[in-house]
Amino acid sequence: MTLLSLQGVTRRFGGLVAVDAIDLEVAQGGVTAVIGPNGAGKTTLFNMISGFQTPNAGRIMFAGQDITARPPEEIAASGLIRTFQLVQLFQNLSVLENIQVGCHLHTKGGVLSALMRTGSTRQTEREVESRALELLDFVGLEGAAEAEATALAYGQQRLLEIARALAAKPKLLLLDEPAAGLSADESKRLSAAIRAIAGRGTTVLLIEHDMKLVMNTADTIAVLDFGRKIAEGPPATVRENPAVIAAYLGVGDA
Amino acid sequence: MRRGLAALPWAVACAMLAYAFITGGYFVTIMSFAMIYAVFIIGLNVFMGFAGQVSFGHNAFAALSGYTSAVLTATYYWEPLAAFAVGLGLALLVALVVGWPTLRLKGHYLAMATLAIGLIVYEIAIQWQSVTQGYMGISGIAPLGIGGYEIVSERGKLFALMVFVLLAAFAAARLRASRFGRALAAIAGSEDAARALGINVPHYKLAAFLVSAAYAALAGSLFVHVVEFVSPEVFGLHMVVLAFTMLYVGGIGTIGGPILGAVIVSLLPEVFRGLKDYQDLFYGAGLILLLIYAPKGLAGLGNLMSRGGKA
Repeated sequence: MTLLSLQGVTRRFGGLVAVDAIDLEVAQGGVTAVIGPNGAGKTTLFNMISGFQTPNAGRIMFAGQDITARPPEEIAASGLIRTFQLVQLFQNLSVLENIQVGCHLHTKGGVLSALMRTGSTRQTEREVESRALELLDFVGLEGAAEAEATALAYGQQRLLEIARALAAKPKLLLLDEPAAGLSADESKRLSAAIRAIAGRGTTVLLIEHDMKLVMNTADTIAVLDFGRKIAEGPPATVRENPAVIAAYLGVGDA
Repeated sequence: MRRGLAALPWAVACAMLAYAFITGGYFVTIMSFAMIYAVFIIGLNVFMGFAGQVSFGHNAFAALSGYTSAVLTATYYWEPLAAFAVGLGLALLVALVVGWPTLRLKGHYLAMATLAIGLIVYEIAIQWQSVTQGYMGISGIAPLGIGGYEIVSERGKLFALMVFVLLAAFAAARLRASRFGRALAAIAGSEDAARALGINVPHYKLAAFLVSAAYAALAGSLFVHVVEFVSPEVFGLHMVVLAFTMLYVGGIGTIGGPILGAVIVSLLPEVFRGLKDYQDLFYGAGLILLLIYAPKGLAGLGNLMSRGGKA
């Protein structure tokens, strides 16, 4: 079953066509990767899927709904949760509280419930806390619950951002270059974490530069170059594709 | 050492409040004003500290409610509580009308819009003489009280104000430690990341704006009932400057900071009074040093030492 489907999605910046009539299907389950050289339009594509940028043309369908040009918070509420290329943690909150924010969509309560703090509010708070602790454990940060988010090492901050996204119980998790700035060792652990997320039933779509991570992690790969999709398929096929090799090594006419 | 440093401002603040009760007189007035400002800043902190926004216009909400309380009790002999209910409603209504369009704006635009509302309300207080009596101000306002029981003694008023401050801080602490408070902190940290997790940013900014306007309204009404007089200057731009100073000195974003800031900053002019002509110079220099060496304010002094040790 198709979870996410893009039809002719296009984005222009002045005369530059950043994303050029892209069609993409992401099936339910597993890990799909979008790769491509710098400036290939990957991040623009992600921003359009998650509602941070509006396509000039084309349609984006998610879980049977048309989400084209809907605002990010509505797209998030429909079960599509993204992370950012530059980690965007809430610096003024502890590690645990960062994950608790991720539970926002699945809890209720505003000013009044905060002031009254009734039995049911306290019960929800306990559930949110235990869920956050569980996710902290899942990404291997169990010792750091009370630390300030910014006190974590960079690789840990990445894992925290992923745990926070998982707290929102996404149907589809979008990871924007999750391995950027990670050591080889950290990258390997990240790959295992992504497989584990897919194993728990969450579909993952990731943008990545780190070819090793992508080849080891993704079930399906789509390759972008100059805003166009030039190849798509399982890692073994994509690796051998002459157009992909040309785009990455810059030989011949791609 | 660290714990001692963290406790020092609290010790000073408590000592000053106790001293006010013992000596009475002028010092009680200073501490009473500090408590009224504390209520105002605890609210401002919800919008500026928790949600990370800027407002130069919350004096408008204090003025709206303060003048409503003044006019309804002095001219129409209403009960203070009923008058405050109307003042609060009016302040929230204006906050809603101003906040709804402007809170979709970011940063400077919002700050400018709030500055404008503060100035507009100030002008109205001066010009609408048939109701506000302009610069003359309104006197004969009912003292702080409820259902025929009035607090007349200065010490009694100070005690009542301290209870208000504790309740206000308690409410702020509950707000902070909730889903609502976390959403505000998320917005302060990164609006994009907050939206990506499904937080409706304008909605939460507006809610924080209204909560802080309610605190400002309470502070405004408390002021007129404690002083039993009001004029436009009371809620002028200097109120904004003083509130900002107190908020940053005490520790923006903290729970106790607004109280510390209100008490300590209220004392500074008294401390430096002996320096005569150099008073403002030392006052200014003291504030600058504090902001450089304790960016999280007096409430963050304890963490300051631990951070120095870790780095």
